[in-house]
Amino acid sequence: MLNYIIRKMYLLIFVTFGVTIFAFSLHFLFPGDSLVNMSGVQNISPQVEEELSAAYRLDSNMVIQYFTYIQRLLTGDWGVSFITGTSIFDQVFNVLPATIELAMYALFYSFVVAIPLGILASDPAKPWLDKPILALSLIGFSMPIFWFALIMIMVFSINLGWFPISGRLSLIYDVPVQTGFLLIDIWLSDLTYKHEAFVDALEHLIMPTLVLAAYPTTVLIRTTRQSMHSVLETSYVKAAKAKGLSNFQVLTRHTLRNGLLPVIQMLGIHFGTLITLAMVTEVIFSWPGIGLWLVDAIHQRDYPAIQGGLMVLSGMVFIATILFDVLYMVFDPLARRRGYGKI
Amino acid sequence: MVKINALIHNSLLMLSVFVLAACDIRQESGLASKTLLYCSEGSPESFNPQLVTSGTTIDAVSQQLYNRLVKIDPESGRVVSDIARKVIVSSDAMRYRFYLRKGIKFHTTDYFKPTRDLTSYDILFTFSRILHLDHPYHNVSGGQYPFFNGIGLYDLIEQIIIVDDLTIEFRLVDPQASFLANMATDFAVILSAEYGDQLIKSQQPELIDQQPIGTGPFKFKEYKRDHYIRYIKNDDYWQDNTNLEQIIFDITPDNSTRLAKLLTKECDVLGYPSASDVGFLEKRKDISIIESTSMNVSYWAFNTEVKPFDDPKVRKALSYAVDRNSIIDAVYFGLAQPAKSLLPPTSWAYNPESFVSNYNLSKAKELLVEAGYPDGFEMDIWAMPVQRVYNPNAGKMAEILQQSLAELNIKVNIITYDWGTFRKKLANGEHDSVLIGWLADNSDPDNFYRPLLSCAAAMSGSNRSGWCNNDFDSNVKKALAITDHESRRAFYSNAESIISQEVPLVPIAHASRHKVHHNFISNVNINPYGGIDFSATTKGKR
Repeated sequence: MLNYIIRKMYLLIFVTFGVTIFAFSLHFLFPGDSLVNMSGVQNISPQVEEELSAAYRLDSNMVIQYFTYIQRLLTGDWGVSFITGTSIFDQVFNVLPATIELAMYALFYSFVVAIPLGILASDPAKPWLDKPILALSLIGFSMPIFWFALIMIMVFSINLGWFPISGRLSLIYDVPVQTGFLLIDIWLSDLTYKHEAFVDALEHLIMPTLVLAAYPTTVLIRTTRQSMHSVLETSYVKAAKAKGLSNFQVLTRHTLRNGLLPVIQMLGIHFGTLITLAMVTEVIFSWPGIGLWLVDAIHQRDYPAIQGGLMVLSGMVFIATILFDVLYMVFDPLARRRGYGKI
Repeated sequence: MVKINALIHNSLLMLSVFVLAACDIRQESGLASKTLLYCSEGSPESFNPQLVTSGTTIDAVSQQLYNRLVKIDPESGRVVSDIARKVIVSSDAMRYRFYLRKGIKFHTTDYFKPTRDLTSYDILFTFSRILHLDHPYHNVSGGQYPFFNGIGLYDLIEQIIIVDDLTIEFRLVDPQASFLANMATDFAVILSAEYGDQLIKSQQPELIDQQPIGTGPFKFKEYKRDHYIRYIKNDDYWQDNTNLEQIIFDITPDNSTRLAKLLTKECDVLGYPSASDVGFLEKRKDISIIESTSMNVSYWAFNTEVKPFDDPKVRKALSYAVDRNSIIDAVYFGLAQPAKSLLPPTSWAYNPESFVSNYNLSKAKELLVEAGYPDGFEMDIWAMPVQRVYNPNAGKMAEILQQSLAELNIKVNIITYDWGTFRKKLANGEHDSVLIGWLADNSDPDNFYRPLLSCAAAMSGSNRSGWCNNDFDSNVKKALAITDHESRRAFYSNAESIISQEVPLVPIAHASRHKVHHNFISNVNINPYGGIDFSATTKGKR
């Protein structure tokens, strides 16, 4: 087990190495002066230039420059934004929780919805349920989410006026940031309008969550259905049924855990897609997460911010993939025996 | 399986109960009904109106945070008292003495606690910053004061004299009747000298324009570039206190998103709806539209230095070819008034008599024959490439003119460049004629005549006709030297008749400006000469 985790860590180190090399080379590939791209400071005076060159070891060779860069990354010195002149590191970790929050709620929702639907679809006793659920999931799977989001906005916001269309919280409420996770922050705060703010935050959450959840839900339905089908055909399930267990007993004792194993794996594989979709969702709903922030940075040619966003997003996807792998292994003893880590 | 079904069912039921309960709480909320949400179209460039000319910044900053010495009454368009309770103007219009109100307090915020009330030293500080090149703040934030540059304040003010703590006198070099109107603009806001000193001591002078301190009904709380501005109520305001606890400027550059936010009640008030949306909004019962003709004009200027436009007869002939009604329908979607003179009807000097030629192609033909062009000629119309309040679509306007002129055998080429090049080539006089416009900064009629048509403006390039007429100039000058409105109006009417005879330009339309708000909002004041004012606004049940 430990061996396996260590192997995964090796992989993480190599991938991180690749990404940092790429991000480092962007300093030179982006147009403009590489010192400006590294520091984010514009209109550098000769004095500042000297200080920065010394700090970044620009007089030394590329390898030393690269390791100085890694050191800066580790100490949180990610340069400053071209546009606002504030620290990229602070900005990134200010907006990241919003994305994590959104992605978590969407994943949670898809679990809650998709797994029961997947199980229902695989139920041999109700074959008439299979086709409609599968059709629904196919529709959801093939539907572009920006289109789905716009339809939701048209129907629920503009025509019915139920939900707001932008942001995490109405600007009316000013909630002090503690953890960055809005619902928790509101809960922790001692504002007089705590309850209103909480309700407002929930209203803002519903549509982006539903939109973002559409894709993982459909993937999960199909995976669950597929793996439940195969588990139901195994001999130990047949044996269990022969012993006289009810369907529900079979489900809870034998099939569920085995059936859900591929689901965990699938989540790991689709996490990258989920983050991409989260970025699209953020842009549509002006959700102030890292996706919207990165898209803004790209529009404004804010090179240090683009690099910072790239590092964090790719880092997040790697770590999540590895976490899901480890999780999979915890549940599946067989996986532990299967050789090397993969990604 | 049954249990799972039941579980799903129950949790859905729970969820809906929760949402319903949530709706209930919302209606009783206190803060939401005391917060005004304004969806604005862009980020302000600065929090000091002295430094800018853009309407976005003026809307966001001027009326909310600051006061002026005097202000313009939106009803009558005349100058009335603000910080100065009384103004005495010498008979030669060269000395202006302002008597200030007692007990006006600057904002108390996290970053500044005033120890004294507003005095004449604050007024001196404010204007010295603009006038004196060696003032410690003159070069902070760029050192450009475009509005004051434009009106030539540097050459105008001889001296500013502090008479006592609450009395200050401005002495001018030349008589200028528009001086008070200029002091009443949204640009002439009063800053705090004490705050200036504090920032000099802490060596952060640039903060004076980023963390503003004023005397207005709201004070600065928070600004997130491209996201929002938050102002909170100024409890020490020296006039009637506002009903609102806070105003939020939700910065939403995209037109359709802004509209959507209005419909979902994420905005209470919307600035600058696109002209094509106004018709749709008018049909909604829950939304009101405030329409005001702002002080602007769009016009067609002829370059009087090139042939055949050096002949007034040709210019007059072309002025008969302007079909104002079609233009207002197609370009402004009906949201403009046809121009009868250069001056819009909201100005006090407006003369309702029409000075422009009505659409009449046969008369145009007649005049062209008289001028010796029976077979027409070829000409260029330059259409400005950007969208402005006074002209949302100059290209379309040019096409309408092109059609009318084709009937006179005049072949029109429509020309456009990017905005920077366009203005540069225009100032060089490379054009035949141009479709452009003007948005006034203050209520004084002088703001239309001198910048657009005076000989001085012909030299500096802002006179797009290159037209210089001594008769016109002397009328405009005489109007400036007196303060009495009635006599000034006579001079401006003379000036209008000279324009209508000589036709250096053809005024086309005065666009109206729109603000849209929900019916639960009342008392949103739009100043035709400047920014939006929320100090009297109230928000009802939504």
